[in-house]
Amino acid sequence: MADPVLSLRGLSVRFDTETGPVEAVKGVDLDVHAGETVAIVGESGSGKSQTMMAVMGLLARNGRAEGSVRYRGEEILGLEPSALNRYRGRKISMIFQEPMTSLDPLYRVGDQIAEPLMRHAGLSRAAALRRAAELLDLVHIPDPQRRLSSYPHELSGGQRQRVMIAMALANDPDILIADEPTTALDVTVQARILALLSELKQRLGMAIVFITHDLGIVRRFADRTYVMKGGEVVESGPTQTLFDRPRHDYTRMLIDAEPTGRKQPPPPGSPTVLTAENVQVVFAQREGLFGRRRHELRAVDGVDLTVRRGETIGIVGESGSGKSTLGRALLRLVPAAGIVRYEDRALMPLDRAAMRPLRRHMQLVFQDPFGSLSPRLTAGEIVTEGLLVHEPGLTRAERDRRAAAAFEEVWLDPATRHRFPHEFSGGQRQRIAIARAMILKPALVVLDEPTSALDRSVQKSIVELLRHLQQKHGLAYVFISHDLAVVRALADEIMVMKSGKVVERGPVAAIFDNPREAYTRELIAAAFLGDHRSTFRPAPVSR
Amino acid sequence: MLSYTLRRLLGAVPTLFVIVTVAFFLVRFAPGGPFDLEQPLAPQVLENLRRAYRLDQPLYLQYLDYLGKLVRGDFGPSYVAIDFTVGEMLRRALPYSVTLGLSALVLAIIGGVAAGVFAALRQNSAADYSVMTVATVGVTVPNFVVAPVLQLVFGLMLGLLPLGGWGDGDLAHLVMPTVALALPQMAVIARLTRSSMIEALRADHIRTLRACGLPGHVVVRHALKGALLPVISYLGPAAAALVTGSVVIEKIFAIPGVGAYFVEGALNRDYTLVMGTVVTLAGFVVVFNLLVDLAYAALDPRVRYD
Amino acid sequence: MTDGSLIPETAEALHAPAGRSLFSLAVRRLLRNRAAVAGGIILALVTVFCVVGPWLSPHPYDRVYRSYVGVPPSLERYPKESALAGAMAEALQRARLAMADFQVDGDHFSVTLRSDKPIDPRSTRYIDRLDEFSDTRVVATRDDGRALVVEGHVNRQLFLMGTDRSGRDLMTRIMVGGRISLLVGLLATVVSLVIGVAYGAVAGFAGGRIDDLMMRFVDVLYSLPFVFFVILLVVYFGRDFVLIFVAIGTVEWLDMARIVRGQTLALKRREFVQAAEALGVGTAGILRRHIVPNLLGPVVVFVTLMVPKIILLESFLSFLGLGVQAPLTSWGVLISEGAANIQSAPYLIIFPSVFFVATLFALNFIGDGLRDALDPRDR
Repeated sequence: MADPVLSLRGLSVRFDTETGPVEAVKGVDLDVHAGETVAIVGESGSGKSQTMMAVMGLLARNGRAEGSVRYRGEEILGLEPSALNRYRGRKISMIFQEPMTSLDPLYRVGDQIAEPLMRHAGLSRAAALRRAAELLDLVHIPDPQRRLSSYPHELSGGQRQRVMIAMALANDPDILIADEPTTALDVTVQARILALLSELKQRLGMAIVFITHDLGIVRRFADRTYVMKGGEVVESGPTQTLFDRPRHDYTRMLIDAEPTGRKQPPPPGSPTVLTAENVQVVFAQREGLFGRRRHELRAVDGVDLTVRRGETIGIVGESGSGKSTLGRALLRLVPAAGIVRYEDRALMPLDRAAMRPLRRHMQLVFQDPFGSLSPRLTAGEIVTEGLLVHEPGLTRAERDRRAAAAFEEVWLDPATRHRFPHEFSGGQRQRIAIARAMILKPALVVLDEPTSALDRSVQKSIVELLRHLQQKHGLAYVFISHDLAVVRALADEIMVMKSGKVVERGPVAAIFDNPREAYTRELIAAAFLGDHRSTFRPAPVSR
Repeated sequence: MLSYTLRRLLGAVPTLFVIVTVAFFLVRFAPGGPFDLEQPLAPQVLENLRRAYRLDQPLYLQYLDYLGKLVRGDFGPSYVAIDFTVGEMLRRALPYSVTLGLSALVLAIIGGVAAGVFAALRQNSAADYSVMTVATVGVTVPNFVVAPVLQLVFGLMLGLLPLGGWGDGDLAHLVMPTVALALPQMAVIARLTRSSMIEALRADHIRTLRACGLPGHVVVRHALKGALLPVISYLGPAAAALVTGSVVIEKIFAIPGVGAYFVEGALNRDYTLVMGTVVTLAGFVVVFNLLVDLAYAALDPRVRYD
Repeated sequence: MTDGSLIPETAEALHAPAGRSLFSLAVRRLLRNRAAVAGGIILALVTVFCVVGPWLSPHPYDRVYRSYVGVPPSLERYPKESALAGAMAEALQRARLAMADFQVDGDHFSVTLRSDKPIDPRSTRYIDRLDEFSDTRVVATRDDGRALVVEGHVNRQLFLMGTDRSGRDLMTRIMVGGRISLLVGLLATVVSLVIGVAYGAVAGFAGGRIDDLMMRFVDVLYSLPFVFFVILLVVYFGRDFVLIFVAIGTVEWLDMARIVRGQTLALKRREFVQAAEALGVGTAGILRRHIVPNLLGPVVVFVTLMVPKIILLESFLSFLGLGVQAPLTSWGVLISEGAANIQSAPYLIIFPSVFFVATLFALNFIGDGLRDALDPRDR
């Protein structure tokens, strides 16, 4: 094999923090050959991003890198920025996870793409702008000439990521480093960006280093894969081999981390817990010179829903489809119209005070396990907050005992209940949030993307926990997610939402085996990119 | 942008209106009047005076009368400086105050931004700490301490600069008052620039520029543009602070500006003079705030589409 | 991945049985900040000096020593030995008496008074009237009352920082002035805190149209030249101490209202508040357990940075001659007096300025330190 274009030897990255040095990357060896796609997979904190940040000289101020990084045999680690700039953007370029913030909000898109062209290729401004338009066309942005004079906030997330790619490709680099380039995007947009990247690779022939936590992407795109854990490469090799015969336990765990199994259907004749008919949520937005013109946003537009004891309704859709708003409307947390009935009581006519006693039966778990826990209360206080409202007679000792029991129920060490949220990991925090809901012994829990912010392996255990709790207590779930892999493992019935409306609904098997709507097919395809275990062939992804 | 400008312009009108109204009634409801002299005036004289200045009419009529004249640019006669209208007095005083205020503002911006950027680019170095310590001193030492010290050192001990007065507006007379007026604001702007510049340098889009291999000065230029936004929004309060500070500075350096009139007018209960100075100075601040908003909108495309 | 997100994941390996709250972490960070700790110590020292000092000081703050007008700072006691005879002669001259045999022994003096006519023993009051001498009494009468031998006590006074133009002890005045300045700073901050927090929290928590209206009002007030209104208030309603801080407080609440409102709005959108709502927690519970504790940080920071601002504003008013009324004083008044005499008696501006600037410096460092400790983005 020819010499690698990029070769890392013994690369270490260390951060000086308040609590002493943190070893983020520990002696990584890695090669990238011309034209190949290399994936670096690992969960958060594995050091996969910092490895490539070190290569690009982009470590935070408190970070230091040691070892060797060679580009075509030349050492580039530790170069002065001006010397490093002979490579950065010219030979090696990089795109990032956050398309919303990675472009300068104060400059026009055209000028941002033109800038590296003028610096590196020595083009005039006019020539650079012409080339920028070509690049926008290359990344399939419609009407590129007009888009040149747009500002980033006028573009959607997917379009911004395309602009980023155009910028990175401006000087025909040998290597494109893509750091989780699709993680922040909606699933269907993800699929299109991935398709774009593989198309560009075919046309331009550069090597791609793909940093990701998503094994579906790895399997579909990467020639070779490095698996990282705790700052070290635990296993590497050709992707196919790695997936077929994983040698390291961690790799095996990652591959198996996708939620598996199906939910047992609820026993026939289970009583209905919640029904909703024609639920509507309308947000009014004022605009115009004096705020007279009113613009209505129909977030939820006439949705019906029934959930029985022990049953899970999965609600899927992309961001902005109204699925989260629907979940809150069912619990009367946003103003809504229509009919919602808990058991046999109509909820809509109730005011806040009248709703309060019912709240213990209907609970909510959020997506962001950090944001949903009050940072200044201990985990125990957070979990027992509901008891203050619904069982005010309890003594402090009784509440503490209940907290310990709730911790055990969600498989957390009860001794940790005196700690604060920031001292827990993401998965542990989500267990605390679940315990907070469970301690009231509810009949219905609305789960709003409870696994989306978590690593796959953690996701799996949360899914198992939820399934276990449901079986034990006969809970009814409304499970909201954009991730069909998780929904498939948990739901009895699925509702697909788009622009506030339900576009398709049915039992899990029917939806997955025989989706009627193109939108549903797209969602499914995006969720199971190259999944070797999925039961269907992914439909060809349109651009 | 046009709609934004119009909206901001319309927004300034009620502000000016509130200023005039509050100032008018605050001045009138205060105990004491312009004709309370040490030697009480004969009742008949007082009566005549009050009639001459229409102080005998109902307050709301006086108010409407004042508003009407103000719209036409007439500030009325001074109650105390007989034979002068407030307009004349302000016209004479304004050039001093405006020259002083603007030069101090320019000095504060240039000096503050330069020091802030310098410190931010050398974050946590000795240079950074010394610049920031000096800036903290600048924030804490009031300009009525700075001014006499400057006078003592440069005027009396070194004899380099005139102690006060305006001369014919030459640079030598302008240096000390400008520096004394500008220093506190320069210090605030330096601290603000430093923190927003550090923040800006850490932004994701700056990382993008680095990843594209753009040279340091391009990166700094991009970061600076973003970092200037908070500085620009501070310019409104800064201008207000300069206007306030000029009252003191004009007194110390014996400059016959608007600030001096204000204090004089307030102490003598010269209703129209106080009103005139307050309305003028507030008008300046309001107009300046408007310009700042427009500059902000010109720099940040996101604002225009709000 | 941003540079910050790497660290929290590594924080899993904690073995502490009881958790360390954000507050205790912030305190640890604050204590590591040397500038803030130094600021705290300085502030404590200055406060003790100003609060306790006047009780320990031998000089009342409003006592005028005519004999020591504008004396420079000195570690030696006044009067100087060389000046005693002159002072006595001057006193006796005023009493139209001649002086003989003036002797000083430690804190005692004896002097013989002579005159052509018999001397009224009450003439000794002329001696006591001077600041240098006291307890003058007649010990012997000679020449049919035409000569009196009197003895008395020599007052030794210490003026570490000198005296002002009226002959008052500067150090005591700095202490008293400090009390006023710190008190004005504190009280005005409390006033603005109460108004600002209440207003901001209501606007933020109510949201929507009410919030719009309330904030539009603040915007209008913002562009008013408020300092001028304070000046007008003070000019017209007299230089009342209470009025000064109320006036300043009502001016300075705007920033506080904006900050609190912004924080409340942000907190309200946070999921833990929604979670509490979903649990059925009432408004009071949400405010008490979720909003207020999380507001505390930014408010505390703002308060520490507000106190120096108000002290500055008070000194500004004092400089214009609108501050507290003599014989009471404040640092601003003292500095203003010092500035007027900067050439002849520079210590009159130096000493008050040192205390003033040190206090403001300390408060600023504490404020900066608190902000960094509570919001540690720079790790």
